[in-house]
Amino acid sequence: MTKLYARGWLLLIWLGLGGQAVAEPVTVAVAYLRQEIERPPTLSDLDPVPADSGIAGAALGIADNFTTGQFLGQDFSLKVVSVPVGGDFPAAVRAALAVSDLLLIDAPADATLAAADLPEAAQALLINVSAPDSRLRGVDCRANLLHTLPSLDMRADALVQMLVQKRWRDVAMITGPHPEDRAFADAIEASIHKFGMEIGSRADWDITTDMGRNAAAEVPLLTQALGEFDVLIVADELHDFGRYILYNTWLPRPVAGSEGLVPRNWAPVIEQWGAAQLQSRFSARAGRWMNDEDYAAWAAVRAIGEAVTRTGLTDAEGLRHYMMGDSFELGGFKGSPLTFRSWNGQMRQPISLVHPRALVAQAPFEGFLHQRNPLDTLGLDEGDSGCAVFG
Amino acid sequence: MRGVRVRVRKTCRAGTGLAIWLVFGAVLIPQQAGADEIWVTNEKDNSISVIDTESLEVTRTIPTGDRPRGIIFSHDYKAVYICASDSDAVQVMDPDSGRILHDLPSGEDPEQFALHPDNRHLYIANEDDAITTVVDVDTRRVIRQINVGIEPEGMAVSPDGALAVTTSETTNMAHWIDTATGDLVANTLVDSRPRHAEFVKHGTELWVSSEIGGTITVFDVATRSEKAKITFELPRIHPDLIQPVGFEFTRDDGLAFVALGPSNHLAVVNAQTYVVEDYILVGRRVWHLAFDRDREHLFTTNGVSGDVTVVDVARRKALKTIPVGRYPWGAAFRPTD
Repeated sequence: MTKLYARGWLLLIWLGLGGQAVAEPVTVAVAYLRQEIERPPTLSDLDPVPADSGIAGAALGIADNFTTGQFLGQDFSLKVVSVPVGGDFPAAVRAALAVSDLLLIDAPADATLAAADLPEAAQALLINVSAPDSRLRGVDCRANLLHTLPSLDMRADALVQMLVQKRWRDVAMITGPHPEDRAFADAIEASIHKFGMEIGSRADWDITTDMGRNAAAEVPLLTQALGEFDVLIVADELHDFGRYILYNTWLPRPVAGSEGLVPRNWAPVIEQWGAAQLQSRFSARAGRWMNDEDYAAWAAVRAIGEAVTRTGLTDAEGLRHYMMGDSFELGGFKGSPLTFRSWNGQMRQPISLVHPRALVAQAPFEGFLHQRNPLDTLGLDEGDSGCAVFG
Repeated sequence: MRGVRVRVRKTCRAGTGLAIWLVFGAVLIPQQAGADEIWVTNEKDNSISVIDTESLEVTRTIPTGDRPRGIIFSHDYKAVYICASDSDAVQVMDPDSGRILHDLPSGEDPEQFALHPDNRHLYIANEDDAITTVVDVDTRRVIRQINVGIEPEGMAVSPDGALAVTTSETTNMAHWIDTATGDLVANTLVDSRPRHAEFVKHGTELWVSSEIGGTITVFDVATRSEKAKITFELPRIHPDLIQPVGFEFTRDDGLAFVALGPSNHLAVVNAQTYVVEDYILVGRRVWHLAFDRDREHLFTTNGVSGDVTVVDVARRKALKTIPVGRYPWGAAFRPTD
């Protein structure tokens, strides 16, 4: 925490891809700005967060853009800047803005806002690829900040649509101690209210014994106290204790939320809609599966690439205008074109409901209708976002 | 125990032996000339379902390599080519016996292909590799590989053999290839996720379907410029679900039948005016199609419902649904005389 890097830069990687230019070549420079965070310890180390989470997705997006760009004389480069915990993130962003006005932001909400509020960023295009906070799409939205990662409320709505569809109306919830857990729990609760249901019983996770050995003793007691329910929602966004809940509940009931049946924007089990191609392209490069942050970063870079390809423009303002317009659509291997919401800059996208071995369903579900687009049944709609800076 | 074993062996000699002989006979004895066939690849069953165009029944199920998708017959119908995508091979099969004769070197993950009018050069889109591979089917050698956009899929060769076109799903382009030199002569943008390409009207037009864009772009081949764009609209179905993929033309190129994916409909397009005249409800996630000999019946592959819809072309109505294997993908017509 105390280690400060005066320059704010730790890592600087250029992924320039030279190529056979056809017409007058243009180069589109994209910078990836990461604020490193401290991750609390988890009970199991089975699934470490990859060091290049998000970055590998952006790199694939650049490679994809380049393959297309080579036929049009368009070159794409990626600069990755990773600021250590306690480093000066705004300074790093300012330095990056001196070189490029197209930035991917991989940082917590407050750092993301600090970046967007820099005077140097006023005319730039920032894309949030890692902060799921609903407020960034609502009261704290910024006109220069788009979002390719789905918000928590989009994921919550996807899961709750499934509960409605399955008629699992009696819901119990266990919430972890971290702010991320509470934020997800709040989003689930808001969604449950939206669809006319209630959370029947709830518990906070405060067990400190070793779950690797004690889950079978502790979890039945905890879940017995929750009484009767159809489904147990676990809010454990850091993946600390949730894995120990499954098959240890007092009543035989499905588990959903952060564990079990999980609403995600991307997962290794997605192979429909041509996704197998994206999965194999990513795995071949990164040597691992593509995760939610990788997909968000890939989609952000591809959205920029698509806008450059279609318009021939390279300036942030022109690209943002096209991306927010009616002509823009990105093929994202989810079965529907991906577009941006005009009221808060959030990328519209289906949300997958997955377990570790298969895709269970994809939201929006049939029967959840919207006057504009069924995808707008997920997350903050125009009327309730509270975002006023998008014209 | 001993007694049982003896009895089993007896049964083997008398009954099962005959049964095996009959099964092999059915597979290996050449089909008698008569009813024509529609061959359908089942992507997730590693098989082909052969449909009799008279009885509208599946008469044979033939094993293939892994994940069969594109399927075409040689111009003389003596061989059938199958993109076995996950086997990284184009398989060459004897249509009479259903036996795999050999594999062609295809490049990685072949998805669709087109056979040059010379009946010899096969143009293969390698989906995972951003490459178009040209194979000589006689020498079984790769003639050349051409770098194209990401996820090439649609493949077409002009009737005069001078041009080949690959469409790339993520790059969103039609790549125009001079077949004499193998050079890319043009790269034209189309709407999102192009899936299928066909030269029509004696090679004067190129049609390209865009699955996510929801359109068909019609190019004037001489100028390689966009001549028309066809859009689709169905009541009570969101435009995002209207995803054109495969399409086929009636004999005079007067009408195009377009498979519209998860909207579960075909569109009937007037190929002269580019106006959509009709929509026909078929099975779920309809992707590719093939006509019978007189183009009176059209057979569609419905991936999600795992069946083939037979459409009466004149009445523009679905006639029958035929269950096939899992995830039917491609379809091709085979005359048997």
